Amino acid sequence: MLLIAALIVSSLTSCKRKLVLTPNYEVTSQQVYSTPAGIKESLAKVYGSFALTGNSGPAGSPDIDGIDEGTSDFFRLFWYAQELPTDEAVIAWGDPGVPDFHAMDWSSSNVNLLGLYDRSLYQITLVNEFLIQTTDAQMASHGITGQDLVNVHYYRAEARFLRAFQYWVLLDLFAKPPFVTDATPVGSVLPPQTTSRAALFSYVESELKAIDPLMVPPMKNEYPRADEGAVWALLARLYLNAGVYTGTLNADGSYTTGTVRWTDAITYANKVIAAGYSLNSSYDNLFLADNNTNGAQNENIFAIAYDGNNTQGYGGTTFMTHAPVGGSMPSLSYGISGGWAGVRTTSSLTSLFPAPKTQNTTNFPNNADADTRAEFWYDGQNTTISNITSFTDGIGVNKWRNVTSAGAQGSNPSFSDIDEPLFRLPEMYLIYAEATLNGGTGGSTATALAYINALRTRAYNGSVAGNITNTQLTTQFILDERARELYWEGFRRTDLIRYNLFTPGTYVWPFKGGVQAGTGVAVYRNVYPIPDQDRAANPNLKQNPGY
Amino acid sequence: MKKTYLIKYVFLLFFALSTATVFAQTSVVSGKVVDETNQPLPGASVSVKGTQKSTGTDANGNFRLTGVSNGAVTLHVTFVGYQVAEKTVNVSGNVTVNFGLQPNSKDLNEVVVIGYGTQKKKDLTGSITNVTAKDFNTGDITSPEELIQGKVAGVSIVSNSGAPGAPITITIRGGASVNGSSAPLIVIDGTPLSNDGIAGVENPLDMINPNDIASFSILKDASAAAIYGNRASNGVIIITTKKGQAGRPVINFSTQVSLGTLPKEAPVLSPSQFRAYITANDTTASHQYINLLGSANTDWQKQIYQTSLSEKNLSNADNLSISGTAGKLPYRISVGFDKQNGILKTTDLQRYSTGINLSPSLFTDHLKINFSFLGSQVQQRFANEGGVISDAVDFNPTLPVYSGNSNFGGYYELLDPSAADGLKSLAPLNPVGLLYENDNRSTVYRAISSLNLDYKFHFFPDLHAGVNFAYDGSNQQGFNIIPAYAASSYPGSPDANGVDQTGSRSKYKTVVGNKTFDATLNYAHDFTSIKSSVTALLGYSQQDFSNTAYNFLSYFGNGEVTPNSVATLAEYPYSTNAYDLTSVYGRLIYNYDDKYLLTASLRSDVSTKFAPGIRTGNFPAIALAWVLSHEDFLKGNTVLTNLKLRLEYGVTGNQDGIGDYDYLSDYSLSNSTARYPFGNTFYEGYRPGGLYPGRTWEQTATANAGLDFGFLNDRISGTLDVYSRKTSKLLFDIPQPAGANFVNQIVGNVGNMQDKGIELNLNGKVIDTKDITWNVGLNGTLNRNKITNLSQIFNPDEAPVLTGGISGGTGNTIQIYKLGDAKGTFYVYQQVYGTNGKPLDGVFVDQNGDGIINNQDLITEHNANPQEYFGINSDFRYRKWNVGFSARADLGNYVYDNVASSTGIQRNFLNPLGIINNGDSNVLQSGLTGNGSNDLLSDYYLYNASFFRMDNAHIGYNFGKVFGKTGDLKISANVQNVFVITKYPGVDPEVAGGIDNNFYPRPRTYVLGLNLTL
Repeated sequence: MLLIAALIVSSLTSCKRKLVLTPNYEVTSQQVYSTPAGIKESLAKVYGSFALTGNSGPAGSPDIDGIDEGTSDFFRLFWYAQELPTDEAVIAWGDPGVPDFHAMDWSSSNVNLLGLYDRSLYQITLVNEFLIQTTDAQMASHGITGQDLVNVHYYRAEARFLRAFQYWVLLDLFAKPPFVTDATPVGSVLPPQTTSRAALFSYVESELKAIDPLMVPPMKNEYPRADEGAVWALLARLYLNAGVYTGTLNADGSYTTGTVRWTDAITYANKVIAAGYSLNSSYDNLFLADNNTNGAQNENIFAIAYDGNNTQGYGGTTFMTHAPVGGSMPSLSYGISGGWAGVRTTSSLTSLFPAPKTQNTTNFPNNADADTRAEFWYDGQNTTISNITSFTDGIGVNKWRNVTSAGAQGSNPSFSDIDEPLFRLPEMYLIYAEATLNGGTGGSTATALAYINALRTRAYNGSVAGNITNTQLTTQFILDERARELYWEGFRRTDLIRYNLFTPGTYVWPFKGGVQAGTGVAVYRNVYPIPDQDRAANPNLKQNPGY
Repeated sequence: MKKTYLIKYVFLLFFALSTATVFAQTSVVSGKVVDETNQPLPGASVSVKGTQKSTGTDANGNFRLTGVSNGAVTLHVTFVGYQVAEKTVNVSGNVTVNFGLQPNSKDLNEVVVIGYGTQKKKDLTGSITNVTAKDFNTGDITSPEELIQGKVAGVSIVSNSGAPGAPITITIRGGASVNGSSAPLIVIDGTPLSNDGIAGVENPLDMINPNDIASFSILKDASAAAIYGNRASNGVIIITTKKGQAGRPVINFSTQVSLGTLPKEAPVLSPSQFRAYITANDTTASHQYINLLGSANTDWQKQIYQTSLSEKNLSNADNLSISGTAGKLPYRISVGFDKQNGILKTTDLQRYSTGINLSPSLFTDHLKINFSFLGSQVQQRFANEGGVISDAVDFNPTLPVYSGNSNFGGYYELLDPSAADGLKSLAPLNPVGLLYENDNRSTVYRAISSLNLDYKFHFFPDLHAGVNFAYDGSNQQGFNIIPAYAASSYPGSPDANGVDQTGSRSKYKTVVGNKTFDATLNYAHDFTSIKSSVTALLGYSQQDFSNTAYNFLSYFGNGEVTPNSVATLAEYPYSTNAYDLTSVYGRLIYNYDDKYLLTASLRSDVSTKFAPGIRTGNFPAIALAWVLSHEDFLKGNTVLTNLKLRLEYGVTGNQDGIGDYDYLSDYSLSNSTARYPFGNTFYEGYRPGGLYPGRTWEQTATANAGLDFGFLNDRISGTLDVYSRKTSKLLFDIPQPAGANFVNQIVGNVGNMQDKGIELNLNGKVIDTKDITWNVGLNGTLNRNKITNLSQIFNPDEAPVLTGGISGGTGNTIQIYKLGDAKGTFYVYQQVYGTNGKPLDGVFVDQNGDGIINNQDLITEHNANPQEYFGINSDFRYRKWNVGFSARADLGNYVYDNVASSTGIQRNFLNPLGIINNGDSNVLQSGLTGNGSNDLLSDYYLYNASFFRMDNAHIGYNFGKVFGKTGDLKISANVQNVFVITKYPGVDPEVAGGIDNNFYPRPRTYVLGLNLTL
């Protein structure tokens, strides 16, 4: 009896039970934000969330649930949404919701759209948390002062830029997403409010203007962090599409363009162009493994950085190097262990280039096309697409290769080293020209022509043979030139919408609308639907018209 | 009729005598206890009622009680699995009393283990099924749960595959949770086991030697299980191990040898069918695919499975136990060895186990001590099952196993000269190479031990105090070696110098330590004057769970350390997950006149998995029973001899299946391959965890009505239960409003689910004579599950949650959680068929009529869970022979044939990657191309996989005494997995989760066994 009593008492007293058990492998936000190193590691997550899919590379600890982790990557999904429904790309895979893009029959439960929407809002949520945790009051409480505090102020401005960038993505693709800022508490029991497309446009514009003076000056920041040049470039792109972003889809299905802002587009394109960026001499080198050092970095205004050993995932440029390789394409030349036999382009894109002199494999990657930007693979591929799911129907694209400009394989055969530029100087030239031709002030057609011919001279390997004259410089030419210069970089859907060619039957490409000859689709498909899953979770959201 | 009176009379007499009289003189009472076949029963317990006097029978069934007071005494004999026998004798001088016990698993006086105590079966108010050693399944039993598979209504026990040591899914009444665990709580000798897995052991119960188990008690409804509150929502299985008996030592030795065979190969094309198919379907001008045909004829499945008789597919198990009483110390010690060879080559398992049980009583039985120790070492070798089995289906059957050169270990692989590593990208690998070029082994030690002290107060014998200390610890270590030349390790990854290296050597280690402390007070008293008896329990319990995983350096095939493992190890050398449960509980059992029974219990649990303030869950239960057969209107009825009506209601909780620290929303650092560069430095990123601070207990309320009945003095007995169970605050992975949280889905307390069902257990002694006995058991269960709400605020249009990932493409799912449907429901396109009955390629029903087939045309159809399931077992004995079988049937369970959907399509055979693959022979009937993106989700691949399976058939012979008066020898022959009747075309219709994808087939096993008792 005494024994039992002693045992009971001893076990009750010896077990001073802790109220809160804490893991040895995680830390609290207070710990994270109390040191400059911890703050920079938080910033690394804020930036890294558009290069990575989770906390474990290449996969294993995803940020986004409910979707295959490899497919939850920002650039891969952004690329699906911007390129697959256009004349620039078709995809062989039957993965959930993927074929719907080219067929232009996506539904509001498309899992890829949900993934992209969640990815953009995830990065926004991380930015909000970063801003909440790094206020001056918070920093003072952690004793962060001096140069460390100056750095934090730059980090905060950059975080706000990333948030503005993701809101631009949502504005362009989904029109009226939920709206949360650092003024909205995270984990709030009330679901976020929604916003209108015009209000979101104004928010992105005002936010970018507000952070402009707070950013590191152009080309002066640590690579690949954002600087003032990136803010201007996004403003230029925003203004270029202002008519679309402030327009309305009417109840009868017709569309009214909103307020165009050509002059503002020219203003900010000018700022970027004057900031010191320069065209790299070789177009071929722009999307290679060493494009952070081979000169392309001087042309890139802002890029997502990838690294074969340190920044691994199944999206981004790993997707851009693996997914287009199949058929007879030699994986060795692409610096990878093997292709995924997925994406090709259509004759609508290749026909914009001069006919190549040869289509054999010895003239890799340009087939001796006068325009070196025509990096296509014809061997074993059928130019005519009769079956989208057959990789050999359609033309291969060689633009992204995980090899250095010296021809060496990237650091890892399974993951790419190529950085993916979100803004390049040529886009600013093209914005300048397009806005000028559309009547914006602050630019001249002569300068516009010079900018376009600068791109073409570089494309023709320094030759003026491809230069155009003033009379050739039309808005249609700019659209085509954008395709030639920027194909597969995530611009095409936005460009076709701005030219009102995305949905109508007036411009068709192979299998547009799921029909081999191509067909028009309803105008409401100019914006994507708000995903069903989020509408169920958040009753404040309203579906876009038509869905 | 007369018997009842007699027992009552004896009781009254006993009370009168024991309370009124004190005797001075004593005598010796001795005798023998035998079973129904006149065989001695060693280890039966014999006691003198109303005193502390008790003893056990020796190996020859003899007992001897000294110091018995003279006068009329009642001797009470119990033996597990047999009816209690009592005889009243008038002692004056030494007397001899013999007992012949009658077996009866349904004996109403049988003592059943309930939570924190025992109860006679006749006094039960809850839905509890008890299975004792005598009713266990026989044959090649390698894991404890196989002992009761198919025996108990409402309990489904399914091995996940045929691999040695494969995990087994146990669900009681369909399981109460979705995201939370659906596994029942298992308690061994007072030690509640954790449901968290131990790395390197697929089935934690596998660490326990089935031969050490004496009985199972399955608490199915809330009133029975609620005393375990915190983890009881999915039911409780209480396992009691064997104990030592009085008398001289009894030695038991058993050995068995078994042969496993492959019952069925996955249906693929033969090499000649394959050649014909490729030749007929290759329409390319260059005969691209025909040119890939080789000249070999290889049955890849025969290459990976054990098919010829050799020591590689023989398994054996040996057990030795000794039990008895040394001085005053009853003991049982056992050792066991079990070696299982899997039918997939290279897979095996070896278990060394030992069990020690000591159960002394001190202070004239006032202090009862039970010490139990179960220790085991399990060594296992695993194969890359999924890869090997799927590549054996896929790999071109016209290619040889070996290439004739030394590349890739000499195995024939598909090559691509343009690739850096020379291998064809995304192509299947040689399954034989994949099998042998992977050495994955683990060694696990586990000890489950408990010390239970029960003290009966000297001054107040109605009151007992008990404490129980239990520890469940395991240490698991393993390694995985893939040689540098293995094709599976290409293209490799860069070492510290940037040179690509292949092969790998890695190590893993997990240490688990779970502690339990219980303190209880028990009060029991018969208030004879008011025909009442009361049993009360008050308890306090503390459980600490801890699981530590260690990080190690890993190496390339050439011995160089991998850069990533250096970085991971530098971050933290180990990670520990821990949680605590603190509980108080009480129970009151009231019995009036053996007619009206009441049980009420309440348990309050505190779990550290939830935020302070919302950690407590209260779990009440109440049950009433009315023994109608004790009422006057049924007394004397010789047909209906037992009838009891039970009504029960209770609430239980669930906190399994969520992380230990989830409410904290801590930051975690990314690993070294998920860093982002700033300048020339790569930074790990800090990620905030998802926020759901309000998460709390999932609660399940169960109402149960039951009827226990016995006809013809229990020649036919059974139970019938009807239940309705509602789970609220369902722990479910729900979408979060985008922008509102750091995760887009999080486990919250959302939604409701309900299960309704009927269970019937029937047991019959069809023949019951001295020479012939025939017992038949039947059970059936009907269960209907429905999700009734899945969102924070009830929303009939809520978005469904997709689940059930399948292979073929990336990110496809085939199942759904949807309002109004059962869990495990399939979510598919409805296939359209042509006039010839064949499916039309890529044509599906446009459900919403918008002219487009997209995911809005998916519909819910059927589900993976059986709608009804049945068990039947029969045991027939003629003198020393016995034959028997046990079988099960599941009805209405559907299976999605992922092997056919991903490989039985033209696109897989004539693969656009420029290779030819084999695949499911279904392609010959369906002719489907698989080109359409929706094809994989066609309901064409959904099968009604109802089946009838003969689990076991056995025959045995009992030689009886082989060494004069001692040495009881039995031999037996068993067949496991005898046959399956089903319309399902795949390898096996019984697939946990309902998705058949590269299933490791359950072997058909032939077993010879010998059992010798000395």
